[in-house]
Amino acid sequence: MTRAPGIAAAGLGLLALAAASLLTGVIALGPGTWDGPEALAVLAVSRIPRTLAALLTGASMAVAGLIMQMLARNRFIEPATAGTGQSAALGILGVTLLWPAAPIWAQMGTASLAAILGSLGFLLMIRRLPPTQPLLVPLVGLIYGGLLGAAVGAIGYQLDLLQYVEVWMNGEFSGVLRGRYELLWASGALTLLAYAFADRFTIAGLGREASVSLGLNYARVVAVGLLIVSVTTALTVVTVGMIPFVGLVVPNIVSRLAGDNLRATLPGVAALGAGLVLACDLLGRIVRAPYEIPVGTLLGVLGALLFLWLLNARPRHAR
Amino acid sequence: MIEIRQVSHRIGGTPILSDIDVTIPKGGITALIGPNGAGKSTLLGLVARLERLQAGRIAVDGLDVARTPTDRLARTLAILRQDGTVAARLTVRDLVGFGRYPHHKGWPGPADRDAVEEALEAFDLAPLGTRFVDTLSGGQRQRAMVAMTYAQGTDYILLDEPLNNLDLAHARALMQRLRGMADRHGRTIVVVLHEVNYAAHYADRIIGLRDGRIAAQGPAPEVLTEPTLSSLFGSPVRLGRVGEHTVVLHHA
Repeated sequence: MTRAPGIAAAGLGLLALAAASLLTGVIALGPGTWDGPEALAVLAVSRIPRTLAALLTGASMAVAGLIMQMLARNRFIEPATAGTGQSAALGILGVTLLWPAAPIWAQMGTASLAAILGSLGFLLMIRRLPPTQPLLVPLVGLIYGGLLGAAVGAIGYQLDLLQYVEVWMNGEFSGVLRGRYELLWASGALTLLAYAFADRFTIAGLGREASVSLGLNYARVVAVGLLIVSVTTALTVVTVGMIPFVGLVVPNIVSRLAGDNLRATLPGVAALGAGLVLACDLLGRIVRAPYEIPVGTLLGVLGALLFLWLLNARPRHAR
Repeated sequence: MIEIRQVSHRIGGTPILSDIDVTIPKGGITALIGPNGAGKSTLLGLVARLERLQAGRIAVDGLDVARTPTDRLARTLAILRQDGTVAARLTVRDLVGFGRYPHHKGWPGPADRDAVEEALEAFDLAPLGTRFVDTLSGGQRQRAMVAMTYAQGTDYILLDEPLNNLDLAHARALMQRLRGMADRHGRTIVVVLHEVNYAAHYADRIIGLRDGRIAAQGPAPEVLTEPTLSSLFGSPVRLGRVGEHTVVLHHA
């Protein structure tokens, strides 16, 4: 098998990134500056939660993007740009207005429900698009996501909630502390669920008719996929804010290198997503230290460049 | 045996099929022929539960397609539709391997792997096993799709215009392979064919559809007559003979 060295390299890379992340921040930690209990407290309260949050978010958003692409049978979409994330934000906004003291589970539930409805709307909408024009799908997604995002912005502006809107729509990890990121473990669990469904998502990517012919309960597979994508996105929006482009570029890169057999590629997508988000978060902490650049901003720049490169490098799928 | 009883189907108010009542016996090759828009693909789709039955009843090997769980049907019946655009990037071996999914549900055993290798050999795909499907030519991709349907190993196989995109050598090889599956393995094959000459040479029975109704059916020699074919296609057709073979002259 040629895969073992790849797995080892990915594992080592992630470990190195995680170690660097633990040692990087305003409070210097390292040989010479290590002062026992104080340093341990920084690690336990801030650095370890932050590192875990970045890894979990990256892995789960990359996998969510992959699933969305298989269900829509289109490479150029992801939950953060095609309306799922914006719907989740709309859901939290609604709950914030109507029930300001809502506990976290109520926020989470409303955001998830809104995300499911938003993604379902998107899937129904693109079903009517001609399959010969695959680029229409991401365009419709961008407009749809843009409209929902604009609604969130407008309502937020009217009601003086723009500060919150900013937090939900632009993801960053500087606010992650122990006790404020643990919901993300649920995204990790959903990613494992996605792996259990890997074969079924791959078959769903062959289309409805091929799926039915192979005895798949297609509607149920789409429902499970939609649930994973929507709840993962909602969890991310609620805890750290929307992280764009991971769900788009990571599955595309892995698909080019290793194909779309999810049973084989899903772990790679999760690892690369985790690595990319953690690397961007690390970069954001280093570039203008002691200040920080939000990971969403960095990924927006980097992701847009990667996306342009992908569009250009893969004309075969654009026709 | 495939029993189709009183099946009618409408799409958006337009009748596509009207009062189809036909029995396809077990074994052998049955060809569905007829002009464009006659309802051949819709009929095949209804038998394979890809479309919801609106009126009537269809049973395959005694299994009512409207009531039998879909994963149970997938071990009795396989279908390949004409639009074989594979958007996913899978290797040929992986794609053919998914034909075994109804049997292994994600946990392929040695028997499944053997079936995949056999299907790759049978369709001349072994050298392409590690290639991604989206890098193949149209004809190679079509063969990969047929191999996947073959690997499913069902008693009933429905193929919607499987000769699309195939050159004449591969088209002949596919029809001979279907013949062998019917003769040696007792499979029941229903195939939509555009080129009547393939039906004339390879099919045991022919069903002719026109305007959503059965216009002709029976053993191939009975349906393949000049008046029947001419009225079925609404275009003059002559028959000739080359050696022992009947040749349908429809192009000149």
